[in-house]
Amino acid sequence: MSTSALPVAASPMPGEAMLRVEGLGFRYEAGRPAALEGVSFEIMAGTITAILGPNGAGKTTLLHVLLGLRKAASGQIWLAGRSLGSYTRRELSQWMGLVPQSEYLPFDYSVLEYVVLGRAPYLGLLDLPGEEDARVAREALATVGVDGLAARPIPELSGGELQLVLIARALAQQPRVLLLDEPSSHLDLSNRNATLRVMKQLRRAGTTILFSTHDPDAAALAADNLVLMKQGRILHAGPVAETFTSEKLSETYGMRIEVLRSDGMYLVRAADGLQEPIQSSV
Amino acid sequence: MNTQSESSQARAVPLQAGAAQASGGTTGAVGLKRLWRSPAFLILLPLLVFALSVFVGRYPRPFFMPPAVLAEDALAQRLVLNLRLPRLLSALLLGASLAAAGGVMQMLFRNPLVEPGFLGVSQGAGFGAALTILLVGTSPLWVELGAAAFAMLGLLLSYGIARRIRFGGWILRLVLAGIAVSAIFSSGLGILKYLADPISQLPEIVFWLLGGLYSVTWRELLAILPATVLGLAVLLFTRWRLNLLALGDETAASLGVSVRRERALLLTVSVVITAAVVSVAGMVGWIGLIIPHISRRLVGSDAAEFLPLSVSLGATFAILCDDLARVVTAGEIPLGVVTSLIGAAVFLGLMVSPRFKARR
Repeated sequence: MSTSALPVAASPMPGEAMLRVEGLGFRYEAGRPAALEGVSFEIMAGTITAILGPNGAGKTTLLHVLLGLRKAASGQIWLAGRSLGSYTRRELSQWMGLVPQSEYLPFDYSVLEYVVLGRAPYLGLLDLPGEEDARVAREALATVGVDGLAARPIPELSGGELQLVLIARALAQQPRVLLLDEPSSHLDLSNRNATLRVMKQLRRAGTTILFSTHDPDAAALAADNLVLMKQGRILHAGPVAETFTSEKLSETYGMRIEVLRSDGMYLVRAADGLQEPIQSSV
Repeated sequence: MNTQSESSQARAVPLQAGAAQASGGTTGAVGLKRLWRSPAFLILLPLLVFALSVFVGRYPRPFFMPPAVLAEDALAQRLVLNLRLPRLLSALLLGASLAAAGGVMQMLFRNPLVEPGFLGVSQGAGFGAALTILLVGTSPLWVELGAAAFAMLGLLLSYGIARRIRFGGWILRLVLAGIAVSAIFSSGLGILKYLADPISQLPEIVFWLLGGLYSVTWRELLAILPATVLGLAVLLFTRWRLNLLALGDETAASLGVSVRRERALLLTVSVVITAAVVSVAGMVGWIGLIIPHISRRLVGSDAAEFLPLSVSLGATFAILCDDLARVVTAGEIPLGVVTSLIGAAVFLGLMVSPRFKARR
């Protein structure tokens, strides 16, 4: 950690809990079904956890509640052993960074101007970002491997480049916990893998990572632990080896999914309703 | 961050030069960009135009008063001191305030196509000012308060209606709602005209429809001075955070921004300074739209860079337009007519220029 105030609470060491959630409940409007109900899990420092589930399972809602963007109706969240409610918004933004699923940008910022916005948690109301902030932003770009893009306008970036720049902006917050909302769902395979590689590289450097995805492949490729969600509830949670099974995935997605293991990798076959033998041409 | 490569500093591009290169600038363009960002230039430009404009007018003869006349002619001295100075100062505040409010609203609504005159703010202010004159009296402070109250109402109406329109993107909906609300307040102003006393009140009300600074004296200027100067200071000092508010609400909050509180504060300040200048100048349109556009074109979208330039160019533009309004004809052209004519022409030029970008 090269700059800025140290965290108010001591950062948990690997093997200690970074985030602990108990009995979380949330609903958007009274009368509508709960978006989250009885959600409990624990995330260890320095691990990657994937929240896996079909669309509408409550993954994004859960990320927003964990970030303090929405207030849970019931339940408790602890960050580094302290109740989430005891952090100020500014403190939280120094602890946790969000990489949103998409971002609508009506103005043409340069990549560097945009990534420097991630320095906001360390700047007062009247401050302008300085040399040091620009340096941290450039380092963040270098960390995700796109420092060559610093001067490019955001609208000229490809989807894969934009995803990495969004991660760099969150890294400029120098967070201990990085939350990513569907980081790979709209990327082609090579860009998806580039994004997952960056996540693994950050984990090696000690960052705790939590990401939502509806893609079992991405979860199996990057995560240490899984949280399987359906309709606002957690069905299963635990290490990938225990949770990434045909039975549990089929239950989560409500369709037949087969998980095969080959060379220490997982292969997912989800061909329910599409099974036709390959026609061999003569 | 522990993982950063050590060599990244060597490859560092300065933040500002980065933006310059981003728009494909040549060396000359980078030099110009440095000029547009220079605080000395931003302060001197409007002051220089201001100083020259003291000598522009139709006394002792059309267009220009030789400085020697000012030294000798007592009438010229009184004219400059009592009429031209307060008028030029209010033109400066008018342009600076409208350009700043326009730039801020564009960021807060994440919409490059809004300005106070497109959101019902200016028309609300004009209606509120006229209503105050009819019901309360012509005291500048009351007129300013009435203008501010209805300006806020206009904004709330536009915003509320835009959220309920069921078709089109956000940019289109806000513009449509703003047009409708502006039209309602403009017709309200038209109705007030018929209720007004034709001798004492009507002339005061008519001028809001066209906008002008001909009735400004020190009294009016001093009434709007505190609100506008304070408001401009707030907007300028907090300008970098506008970038955060232009991101999505969730992203901004995750960056530690108290989104609702900060947005409400900056929006209120923008409405108040708009209402203040409208209460003495009537509806002067287009400045809040084109000046921020031009500024972004010159220095990029970072509010830390384009907002100070907007304030400076807005003040300069308003003084120059008022000069035209005063000297071109023997009578006076309403200022709002001049700014609309030039502003709309420039806007059309910007819209059809291949470099214009407004994405939804």
